Amino acid sequence: MSVNTLHEYRTGWKRALIQTKISLTSPGDLMGFLMPTGIAIIVLLFMQKADFEGAPVSLGSMNMPSLIGMNVVFGGITAMVGSLAMDRTNGTLLRAKSMPGGMTGYLVGNLVSTAMFICVTVVMLLAVGLPLFDGLEFGTPDRWLLFVAVLLMGLIAALPIGAVIGALLDNPRNMGLVMLPIMGLIAISGIFYPITALPGWLQGVGQVFPIYWMGLGMRHALLPESMAAVEIGGEWRTVTMFAVLALWAVVSMALAPRLLRRMSRRESGSTVAARRADMQRDW
Amino acid sequence: MGHPPPASSDGPAIVVTDLRMSYGAKAVLTGLDLEIESGGVTALLGPNGAGKTTTIEILEGFRGRSDGDVKVLGVDPARGDEAWRARLGVVLQEWRDNGKWKVRDIVAHFADYYRPYTEPWGAEELLDMVGLTAQAGQRVQTLSGGQRRRLDVALGIIGRPALLFLDEPTTGFDPHARREFHELIHRLTDLDGTTILLTTHDLDEAEKLAERILILAGGRIIADGSPDQLARAAATTAEVKWIQDGQLQIHATEDATDFVRKLLATDDGKVTELEIHRASLEDAYLELVAQFEAGEAAAAVDTFKEVTR
Repeated sequence: MSVNTLHEYRTGWKRALIQTKISLTSPGDLMGFLMPTGIAIIVLLFMQKADFEGAPVSLGSMNMPSLIGMNVVFGGITAMVGSLAMDRTNGTLLRAKSMPGGMTGYLVGNLVSTAMFICVTVVMLLAVGLPLFDGLEFGTPDRWLLFVAVLLMGLIAALPIGAVIGALLDNPRNMGLVMLPIMGLIAISGIFYPITALPGWLQGVGQVFPIYWMGLGMRHALLPESMAAVEIGGEWRTVTMFAVLALWAVVSMALAPRLLRRMSRRESGSTVAARRADMQRDW
Repeated sequence: MGHPPPASSDGPAIVVTDLRMSYGAKAVLTGLDLEIESGGVTALLGPNGAGKTTTIEILEGFRGRSDGDVKVLGVDPARGDEAWRARLGVVLQEWRDNGKWKVRDIVAHFADYYRPYTEPWGAEELLDMVGLTAQAGQRVQTLSGGQRRRLDVALGIIGRPALLFLDEPTTGFDPHARREFHELIHRLTDLDGTTILLTTHDLDEAEKLAERILILAGGRIIADGSPDQLARAAATTAEVKWIQDGQLQIHATEDATDFVRKLLATDDGKVTELEIHRASLEDAYLELVAQFEAGEAAAAVDTFKEVTR
């Protein structure tokens, strides 16, 4: 790696720090996370009174780790897609292209700041979830280690997926088209109810995508060992979980640079202006 | 950190030969030739839709071309690397990027990108030069249109570029903001060795800012010269007015100097209030724009060429 490339990564890192600070102090960015997550937690609190087939912890406590796992994948993808769409419309991307090493700096900055933002939200979820829900176990180093490993794996899978989708999405207005199927996936990924309650073929579909596996990983990290009985096959399937997430990470990381380069190549002042005019016609 | 010397500081800043660009069947540039020496301000003037933005985007390396040779600072923009990029400054028509950043943060951060290549401007020094010191702590999105554009200029020159592109820099400005912006450009021209290429559809702006005006219409350069040269070329016939024996006299002539010399040689001191009025460049340019907008591009180019030849 050349000295200049190293400098670009370092500049990207600095960009990430500034961007994260801005996200965490912008009411808009923060509310985008707090509102839906707050509602989800309140729903889970009501679920504490419900049990699933005599499992040792309540349905609410069971779903709290799943919610954290979902937040990493869903939050990571949405944030990446959203920022790429926004930054193409307002010219942030073109600005990056106009500076030496600006594109590398922008992408590193964007990936790292999104990862940081997700980590902050995960810590907030833990801070709220651990005292509120009975039966979560987070007292020993092996739990911490597994939790951090699943979190990192989830980020490494989710962010490049978001970058791929964001690079392919030429028109920010189509963002809804992307987000709807992902929300559909949440419904079949065993986040708010165990996946085993679904018909077999839907279980199969759910297990193709990373949301299910992140939920599973987080349940493994935070729930008592005996809770494995509720899962498919009655076990945590740790190796499979890491393998599926890694596969998603590898595939999307292979695609992302190519698609991002294509996206960057197409940026110019007139494409930004055209996109903006298109948006304004709709307002 | 050592800074490698610029690849080629000698030679013209921009050389374009027979540049062609088509979008599908529509030809926007049809053989554009252009050479701009280092230093000074050059304006690329033309009606809307003449291909100014396409030209400048090709020069900036943001857009491919259909055909022709282009060298910007000695490098083909289609193959420009990061070191080449570091020697360019780009100010687009409208930029709303990084709106949530603070003005000081964005200037200080963007300077970092140039460090491997040059010693960029310090944030305070640069903000002072573009008159944004008081706004340094504000978020970028709270700036007025004129302030935002001055910030864009600051970010454009932050790496002390050899060549600065300004695309329609004062579109949508009120007269005050426009005047302030023009003053800023005059200050920039005092900086050592920065070549400025600006596009505008406003003749008045081109005359105020540029030492050289290139008029782009019909996909090529149809006139090239200093504002003065173009004005003189445009004014082929002059109208001579004077008062003699209490009577207003008017005479149209191709050679006003010669006519007046003869007139005064024989008037016995009776000629008073002598006036020579030339058709202005503005008249010629406005006619070009009017014809262009009426869809008579080819005719417009021919008339203008005739006038300015």
